[in-house]
Amino acid sequence: MVALLEPKDGGLICKPGGFAIDPWEPAELALITHAHADHARPGSQQYIAADSCVPLLRKRLGEDIDIKGVPFGEPLTFGDTTVSFHPAGHVLGSAQIRVEHQGEVWVFTGDFKRDNDPTAEAFELVPCNTLITEATFALPIYKWESGHAVAQQIFQWWQAMKAEGRPAVLFAYSLGKAQRVLAELMHFTDESVYLHGAVANMTDVYRRQGVPMLPTHPIDLDDKSKDYAGQLIIAPPGASGSAWMRRFKNASTGFCSGWMRVRGNRRRRGYDRGFVLSDHADWPALLKTVEQCGAQQVLTTHGRGDTFVKFLKEQGYVAEELSTRFAGEADVDTGSESRGSA
Amino acid sequence: MEAFEQLYVALDNTTSTNRKVQAMSAYFAKAASSDAAWAVYFLSGRRLKSVVPSSVLRLWLVECSELPTWLVEETYESVGDLAETIALLVSEPDGHRAGAIREVSLTNWVNERIEGLRNTDVYTQNQRVKHWWKSLPYGQCYVVNKLLTGGLRVGVSQALLARSIAQHASLDRAVVLHRLMGDWSPNADFWEQLIAKDEGETLSSRPYPFCLASPLTEPPEALGDVNEWLAEWKWDGVRAQVIRRDGQTYIWSRGEELITERFPEVASAASQLPDGTVLDGEILAWDANGVLPFSALQRRIGRKKVGKKLLTEVPCCLLVYDQMEQGNTDIRQQPMNHRRAVLESTLKRWAQESSDSVAAALPGLRISVQHKVSSWDELHAIRAESRVERVEGLMLKHYSALYETGRKRGLWWKWKVEPYTVDAVLLYAQAGHGRRSNLYTDYTFGVWNDDELVPVAKAYSGLNNDEINTLDKWIRKNTLEKFGPVRAVEKHHVFELAFEGINASTRHKSGIAVRFPRIVRWRHDKSVRDADSLDDVRKLMDPA
Ligand SMILES: [Zn+2]
Repeated sequence: MVALLEPKDGGLICKPGGFAIDPWEPAELALITHAHADHARPGSQQYIAADSCVPLLRKRLGEDIDIKGVPFGEPLTFGDTTVSFHPAGHVLGSAQIRVEHQGEVWVFTGDFKRDNDPTAEAFELVPCNTLITEATFALPIYKWESGHAVAQQIFQWWQAMKAEGRPAVLFAYSLGKAQRVLAELMHFTDESVYLHGAVANMTDVYRRQGVPMLPTHPIDLDDKSKDYAGQLIIAPPGASGSAWMRRFKNASTGFCSGWMRVRGNRRRRGYDRGFVLSDHADWPALLKTVEQCGAQQVLTTHGRGDTFVKFLKEQGYVAEELSTRFAGEADVDTGSESRGSA
Repeated sequence: MEAFEQLYVALDNTTSTNRKVQAMSAYFAKAASSDAAWAVYFLSGRRLKSVVPSSVLRLWLVECSELPTWLVEETYESVGDLAETIALLVSEPDGHRAGAIREVSLTNWVNERIEGLRNTDVYTQNQRVKHWWKSLPYGQCYVVNKLLTGGLRVGVSQALLARSIAQHASLDRAVVLHRLMGDWSPNADFWEQLIAKDEGETLSSRPYPFCLASPLTEPPEALGDVNEWLAEWKWDGVRAQVIRRDGQTYIWSRGEELITERFPEVASAASQLPDGTVLDGEILAWDANGVLPFSALQRRIGRKKVGKKLLTEVPCCLLVYDQMEQGNTDIRQQPMNHRRAVLESTLKRWAQESSDSVAAALPGLRISVQHKVSSWDELHAIRAESRVERVEGLMLKHYSALYETGRKRGLWWKWKVEPYTVDAVLLYAQAGHGRRSNLYTDYTFGVWNDDELVPVAKAYSGLNNDEINTLDKWIRKNTLEKFGPVRAVEKHHVFELAFEGINASTRHKSGIAVRFPRIVRWRHDKSVRDADSLDDVRKLMDPA
């Protein structure tokens, strides 16, 4: 089988179509699945992404980039290929990219999830011959509770801290996770939440696209005497341990990530609470997607690719691991917001 | 069980010692006496005698999860903890399947359900355990598995546990710590005695909590007048407490294990001590020529029954350096110089028969020699002899020091000699366990032997989190080969390793074995060719 999409320079390229997907090196034409930093890199001449992804990409890569938005499902022609974007359910504007060439269909999922998320367009199943899937959480221990249930745990923790008169600082990736928490918390309260600047920036972009979320205030950096006792504050993981944190006296800290499913990861990070909330597919969702899309060949990117490939081969699939630089839900605090990803 | 599981979660969800103490006191306030006793038992790191071997539990997990064996193994490798792997694989995230299994107390869980497995056949065991796994909510499934597989490790020190009980029962912490020592059964009586106002009947086997020294980080001159300090060798053996009470002899290790039968020569010497005597010291392998390397002592540790051959090849003794009880009276609140005098008189009685000094008072019991000096310079010179004397350095104890409970900075110091160091190359990496299960943190290092790098040490500690993360990423990108969970990596990075000792070994390819290896620093400035050779390392070897 000729490869319609293949790994190059950290991302993928399509030779017959003459374009790159999520390239790490500058390309002439870059199709972007979503605005996380391990998929959207600066320097390409032209970008194409789903309509709702465009404002996020401008925020991240600069207002002056040459970018075209496309509606989900609309076919585009590049060289001998027909290309369309389909919702991936990962974050607002995240897409799977479908490429058709001489009757052969390849789909790259980008980062995706199948759980309900009021802030992202719901995942669409796209039938294909070859599926390139992320495999960040490809171990059977990774099974998610609903975002609603996790938001309830977060809310209970916040209320418990309020009763103790302590601030509750929740670390969550500034693009996607933070907004998902703000939206899910609306089931339990209408109180305001305080945001770190990086989170506030992205939340504004979400609001402008009409995503309903709790009211929020940015942290006032000049007001050193403000008392945050009883408040919920959302900050990117990189802010943990920084001087910025000193304003929250006696704070309880929590972290939102799929990795929090394993106790060792919770303890290593030293946060008081770990909330298991991920914007990636869990093990059952990965299996279901492979099964339902009808692909004969499955290629994997990210994380646990090798394990997933071995398992799929035993199930009778043609499967292989692709080498890309997509990091998935980074387990490591980068400290810098521009490199963060979820 | 639910209450105990909630306690576990509360302890696990905080790093604050105050909140841990609060959670425990709150549990003790509500728990039935027998449940409180079992909670103390598990929180103090005690475990049940194994009912089902963990290898069998792993087989049952494969059956129960309906996954391929290799995937279950790989998952276990990634999680690093069997109890948790089971709970993660077989219980649903939402957990609660109410009504499937009846909620009973911690005591019932242990005494009826878990202990009830012991006298049944494997098929019944299999059915029952799998039923628990499938019916229990996640948290309880995890805790039950922890009890089944051994330790509960939840970051509660003995001191913290004692503080909680003391707070709950309005007792002095030292009293609680003492009552927690030694051999006891977790039942309602024990708990009631533990929290009783007046000291009940003393168990004759009960040891005192060990007094611990802190590492000296400043020059000893900062300690003031050398004449106020008792200086003695710091021996490298097994810390032990010998008790002679009510005509019985007990030897306790620091891990609160009763090791009387493992060291019969020490026990038989101790049986001649006057009744009501408790001594503190270090068990060492010691023959006619003096102390033997730690590797010799290792042959004795862990042997419950010692054969005649081993007894002659590796005779052991207790090197005594303190006395806590004299004539059934607790003398821990007497100053060090007084206790030392008492100790010398205790051991001297037996010296009278031989012309020998107290150093050989009894075979199996020797007194730790005191270095009498008049200046710190003299002590520096003595400490320089440590390697030749096969000791780790010096101990410094202030003459006024009481025998404290645990580690109290200021009056007992260990002044160790510098460790050995060597520059070695990273060869293999493996994912860590528990806290580090997602990262490659277990490293194997090698040194040059001709043109080949041979493994000499495994090390797990010494890098900071940033370095661990950087190295982890590098390892993933520079793997040459995978052997199961182990990755052979590009030979590129040099690390300075420190260790406490080196011995010849026939079990290692390199012919040497190092003790307590750890990473001192990442030598970015060194290339692989600058790493040390096996010959360099051999030169550091302990004198045979
Ligand atoms: Zn992403």
